Amino acid sequence: MSEEKKNQPGSRFAKWLNQDQDVLERQMIASQTRKPDSEAELEEEWRRQRYLEDKQEEEAIARRLETLNEKNVPLVGRGIYLAGCFLICVAMIVLLLYTVTNLPGFGGEIDPIQNEVPKRYIEQGLQETGAVNIVTGMILDYRAFDTLGESTVLFAAVMVVLFLLRLDPESARYSTLARSIREEPHADTFYEPKHDAILQHTAKVLTPVAFLLGIYVILNGHLSPGGGFSGGAIVGAGLVLHVTAFGFRDIRRFFTYKTYQRTVVIALLTYAISKTYSFYTGANGIPSAIPLGTPGAILSSGLILLLNICVGLIVTCTVYVLYAVFRKGEV
Amino acid sequence: MTLVQNFPAFCILLTLVSAVVTSVLRRRSAAILTGVVLVINLVLNVMTLVYTLQTGESYVYRMGHFPAPWGNELRVGVLETGTAVVLLLVVLFSYLGAYRRSSQRIEPTKYNLYGVMVDLCVLSLLALIYTNDLFTAYVFIEISTLAAAGLIMAKQTGSSLVAGVRYMIMNLLGSSLFLLGVVILYSITGHLLMSPIHDAVAQLAANREYRIPLDVTVALISVGLGMKSALYPFEKWVPAAYSNATITSSALLSSVVSKGYIFLLIKIYVRTIGLPVIEALGITDVMFVFGAAGMIMGSVAAIRARTVRMMIAYSSVAQIGYIFLAIGLGTMDGLMVALWHLLAHAATKSMLFISSAEIDEASGGTHLRKDVRGAFYRSPLAAFAFSLGAANLVGLPLLSVFVTKFMMGQTAVAVGGRHMIVTLICLAVSTLLNLGYFMSTAMSLYVHDGEMVRRKPDHLVRFSLAGFLILNLTLGLCAGPIYQMFLSGFSVFG
Repeated sequence: MSEEKKNQPGSRFAKWLNQDQDVLERQMIASQTRKPDSEAELEEEWRRQRYLEDKQEEEAIARRLETLNEKNVPLVGRGIYLAGCFLICVAMIVLLLYTVTNLPGFGGEIDPIQNEVPKRYIEQGLQETGAVNIVTGMILDYRAFDTLGESTVLFAAVMVVLFLLRLDPESARYSTLARSIREEPHADTFYEPKHDAILQHTAKVLTPVAFLLGIYVILNGHLSPGGGFSGGAIVGAGLVLHVTAFGFRDIRRFFTYKTYQRTVVIALLTYAISKTYSFYTGANGIPSAIPLGTPGAILSSGLILLLNICVGLIVTCTVYVLYAVFRKGEV
Repeated sequence: MTLVQNFPAFCILLTLVSAVVTSVLRRRSAAILTGVVLVINLVLNVMTLVYTLQTGESYVYRMGHFPAPWGNELRVGVLETGTAVVLLLVVLFSYLGAYRRSSQRIEPTKYNLYGVMVDLCVLSLLALIYTNDLFTAYVFIEISTLAAAGLIMAKQTGSSLVAGVRYMIMNLLGSSLFLLGVVILYSITGHLLMSPIHDAVAQLAANREYRIPLDVTVALISVGLGMKSALYPFEKWVPAAYSNATITSSALLSSVVSKGYIFLLIKIYVRTIGLPVIEALGITDVMFVFGAAGMIMGSVAAIRARTVRMMIAYSSVAQIGYIFLAIGLGTMDGLMVALWHLLAHAATKSMLFISSAEIDEASGGTHLRKDVRGAFYRSPLAAFAFSLGAANLVGLPLLSVFVTKFMMGQTAVAVGGRHMIVTLICLAVSTLLNLGYFMSTAMSLYVHDGEMVRRKPDHLVRFSLAGFLILNLTLGLCAGPIYQMFLSGFSVFG
């Protein structure tokens, strides 16, 4: 059989049928940078050794904690504790289920929640906020202060995580650890398959789609279901997918710790300052100077589009930074 | 609407902006910005306090263009502004007094993030004090929880990380119970703003509708907030958190973060559910029992504590017990006593933390109770502040906690029955126990044995301790007018 004929799909199928060759194997191998066998095997062996050592170390720590626990808490005490926990949990479950059965039904016409509050949101929401999507009008105009608080929750979460996990290479105290974490065998890429073809191909297709969809959901937040929170989560997921498949090198070209800081500071400040304006005018009875525009147009509904973009940026950055910091201690 | 009426909202937004800006600053400028924003907040709140004192009314501030049941709003009166002023003073003095010591314990490149946590604490405190909306309250409870966890773990030592995790577990449980309560309350009343809920609940109670959901929601909210403010059976996170965090964190947590939750609870009782409904449900009796148990058990644990900070931490549990006992009396007077004790305890406890850190340092970096003997001759100002704080918590006349005890006794006598007997016994026992551990420690500071090296605290510490002394003495010596001021605020609070 000639070399060309060997690679014809038909003959490859026949080979696979005869179990001579795995149909995916060729692709997988081609995407890897093959080393000479012996060297690769040696490296694999070393990797395996390191893995086992790490595992043994972890198990030793776990055993030590276990014995420490046993020493401190007598067996009878632990039994009573567990039984107590169980009883409290069961009691809580029964109580809450019983409460739920006593709550008003969902979606009935005479329920307490069908009062003047949602009525105005639904009937006048479009005129008052200019947003076709009532939910967005509600969270970013009627109750914008809550949403500002929620964006701040995300900010606070990232700040605490950065405080605890970020290994700052400039810091004297952690510099050894920070440096060592970048090099093997501590680097996060150590145990990972570096060239996972399936993941890479999927990511290649999905990442741009995720970006486009996310940006669409953010920008169209006031016109169709969606908004900053959901769109930001989609874009963030796209970033995380790309990083998982291809590593941090590409993303670090445009997204570093500095980028995160700048984006979030600008987004939150824009949100806070523009809302200060509308809180101030609203409370003092000054009509807002921001036009609501034609409902349904992309440039409409006053501040809502801008706020959606801000929230979207904050959520995107939060999702990606949390992933990156948990994985390798820096952005 | 005059310009002054905008200040509470401005304070909240300013603190938020400052938290965001602080996150990108360098260490020194971050520290300065945090301090400056605290001072500005204080000035603005004092101006609002003066304004509300002049009008004698509370007013509603719309956050946006939409009125009550549709938009968010703040509500500002003498009680809110007065509480904010006292607590902001406490934050300022704690921040300055422990700045140098805390900043040494924190990675230098991350100090700005510590400033962010302090800002976020102040932000959530202000929002919890001023908000008139249950869901806004929940959102800021979350911010407060996250910031407090960051404050506890800031030292990044093993024990502070463990303390932080414990704190997170207990507090997330508390937040989720609170959230469940808010959700149930929304589904039976259809409102999230406090004043409309009040009317709806009054109607439900009158028609005897949705009894069980109403009971459960009050219980969930009370227990959730009690858990977060270290009410007795849920206080297991306190000792580790207060004694392993940096000194600023301990002072802020014990006197500001937990106080925000209690203020919110009182607000929910008075303004949202209504005290008659609460009393009819019997939840105040549960609070009463927990509070009484906390008063005794906290003090017993404090006697056995080996380090000064552990002792102060356990004494916090006892003092929170006082507050909940007063709430548990179930009358408006009782709630007023709880509010007063909230302020008195905040001012005293943070002073104790700051001065004890100074005493520890003067005694050779020790933390043990037995090593602080004779500290008065090494660091007179700190020792004086510590003994004044201790005397205050014991209940010496002319100081603020004495007013609490006096008014609490009076209220209990007015309530009568078993409540009176239990309250009086608890007050007596707790005072004796307080004498046992606080006075013995405070008196050992004045024992002169051998050669003493005088240690001069730096000017920030001296400023902060002097500020604390003035604040505590003012609260004690001018208790009459200040109590009257808060009482007048309380009458327009609901």
